[in-house]
Amino acid sequence: MRRWLTFAWIAALRFLGEGRMQTGFILGGIAIGVAVIVFMSAMLTSVQTNFTNRVLTSQPQIELQPPDEVARPLRQEEGVIEAAIVQRPTQRVLSVDQWQTILTRMRARSDIVVATPSVSGSALAVRGDASRSIGVVGIEPDDYFRIVRLPDYIIAGEPSLGTDDILVGIDLANDLGATVGDKLNVTTGTGGSRILTIRGIFDLGSKGANERNTYVQLRTAQSLLNLIGGVTGIDLTVNDVYAAETIAQDIGAVLPVKAQSWIMTNAQFFTAIWAQTLSSLLIRIFVGLSVAFGIAAVLVVSVLQRSKDIGILRAMGSSRGKILRVFLIQGGILGFLGSLAGSALGGVALLIWHLYARQANGAELFPMIVEPSLFVTSALLATLTGVLAGMVPALRAARLDPVEAIRG
Amino acid sequence: MADLLVLDGIRKSYNVGTPIETEVLHGIDLAMKAGEFVALMGPSGCGKSTLLNIIGLLDRPTSGRLLIQGEDTTSLPESALTSLRGHAIGFVFQYHHLISAFTARENVIMPMLVDRGRPDGEMERRADELLDRVGLIKWRDTRALNMSGGQQQRIAVARALAMNPFLVLADEPTGNLDTASAQGVFELMRRFNLERGTTFLIVTHNHDLAAQCDRIIELVDGRLTGDRRNSAIRNAAESG
Repeated sequence: MRRWLTFAWIAALRFLGEGRMQTGFILGGIAIGVAVIVFMSAMLTSVQTNFTNRVLTSQPQIELQPPDEVARPLRQEEGVIEAAIVQRPTQRVLSVDQWQTILTRMRARSDIVVATPSVSGSALAVRGDASRSIGVVGIEPDDYFRIVRLPDYIIAGEPSLGTDDILVGIDLANDLGATVGDKLNVTTGTGGSRILTIRGIFDLGSKGANERNTYVQLRTAQSLLNLIGGVTGIDLTVNDVYAAETIAQDIGAVLPVKAQSWIMTNAQFFTAIWAQTLSSLLIRIFVGLSVAFGIAAVLVVSVLQRSKDIGILRAMGSSRGKILRVFLIQGGILGFLGSLAGSALGGVALLIWHLYARQANGAELFPMIVEPSLFVTSALLATLTGVLAGMVPALRAARLDPVEAIRG
Repeated sequence: MADLLVLDGIRKSYNVGTPIETEVLHGIDLAMKAGEFVALMGPSGCGKSTLLNIIGLLDRPTSGRLLIQGEDTTSLPESALTSLRGHAIGFVFQYHHLISAFTARENVIMPMLVDRGRPDGEMERRADELLDRVGLIKWRDTRALNMSGGQQQRIAVARALAMNPFLVLADEPTGNLDTASAQGVFELMRRFNLERGTTFLIVTHNHDLAAQCDRIIELVDGRLTGDRRNSAIRNAAESG
């Protein structure tokens, strides 16, 4: 007999050990349930983290832009509108008013990590007979690369920018038949035109971005877009990426700018995440419930099978509390052992999935993120579920009248 | 010698307050002294087991008082009754009711483990000593399930004595045994009674075994109808 165990633990372990088949089947059921939860949680976390990382490393978390230009209706007097139809004006490329003051204020905020100006507009890239419509983004590389990790996505050349250099996406380079060192003629709608040398080629993992995005020096973009001394936006990163919307609203409320967080610009993505999280949560709840009912069913049967034993234990001076503990411990042990087996099963399933689910070129679909805390949480939750599931049968056992129980 | 056990007007009814209320015990008055070896006899359904359950604190009387060592137990809360039952009273049932998941030794240890009042080594020593006394020390690590009826009942006797109780209640302990095994178990209980002074109250239908007790109480239809003492038997047992 194990010296360090109390009566309740010894009885619980022996009862489980004696009903081996029953215990084995329910452990199998719990293990499968926990494995499903572990697998789904790890997949969801990986997909979300990977997607979030991709989004956050390819765009600023907050963009400050000039407010939209609006047409004011003519009013003869208060409440009377002269012109019935108000046409929305075209949005010209405008500079952020007093952008240097705003930039200084942004850099002084404790919740903002990096603030950098940018100039963006559309242009036409021409090489020989080929031409493509592009978006030109003028940046200060040292600061901007701390926001958008462009150097991480460079696949040819280098992420450095001189005044006559340009970084282009792989798909644009392919369309124009250009490579590092080749020159492009970039022309804007405002009449600006420059011959720029491709310094680096990047792959952002998105065809649209690789076809349209190009990066040049801030001054080059100002010159191209006829915006000397001005910037079209201030890009920010913040300490807490999920607080970006609150910070954006705060900035928009006190400064004459339109502040847009990555949360608003990726609203569809967040809706998808929310839907995914909700459905995953529901599945986990129902799997957890089926596990709990399974444990409860096994323990109810165990109480029925052992009612005489319970009666004898009560006759020997075992209190109701001790009998209660015997069955709660059984529930906890089933939950804990099932969660260990389920974690191992879920881990193996993740490994197999990661091994076989590949892109066409053999690369992994996305990096698998499996936090050790997932297993710890699963074990704790499964143990707690086991204890709670054991509550009803345990109470039933504790309430047994010893005379009736012994008589059977 | 002071009375160990006093039953004063014990009545027991079932379905109290309903049209089918049935009184099983009709005012039992009984006193037992420490060290007595008493047989309780009576036809089936006369209330023997109910009386035993009340004395064993497994059930409460509808009215009347039950005094154990002078203490009125009828007003004690359930936790106190459970504790008293664990420390002072041992049970032997007709069917051994050993816990099949445990070995012989673990079954004997179980009451001590429930109480958790002594070190592990002492519990094991005590269990081994009792198993030795009932002649089953060689089977101490055998599951109770794998033993004969006689052996199982001997382990049940050892288990009943594990806490060194002053009262052992045995409900037809030899009812399921052949004559030789029944005599063996009976003699075992008698030996413990004589050596340790443990009081035994044994429900039995076996007149031969009852005749070997110090005292025979008869219960018919929930009433005591006979109470005979047999001092010659006691003297013979002590001298034998």
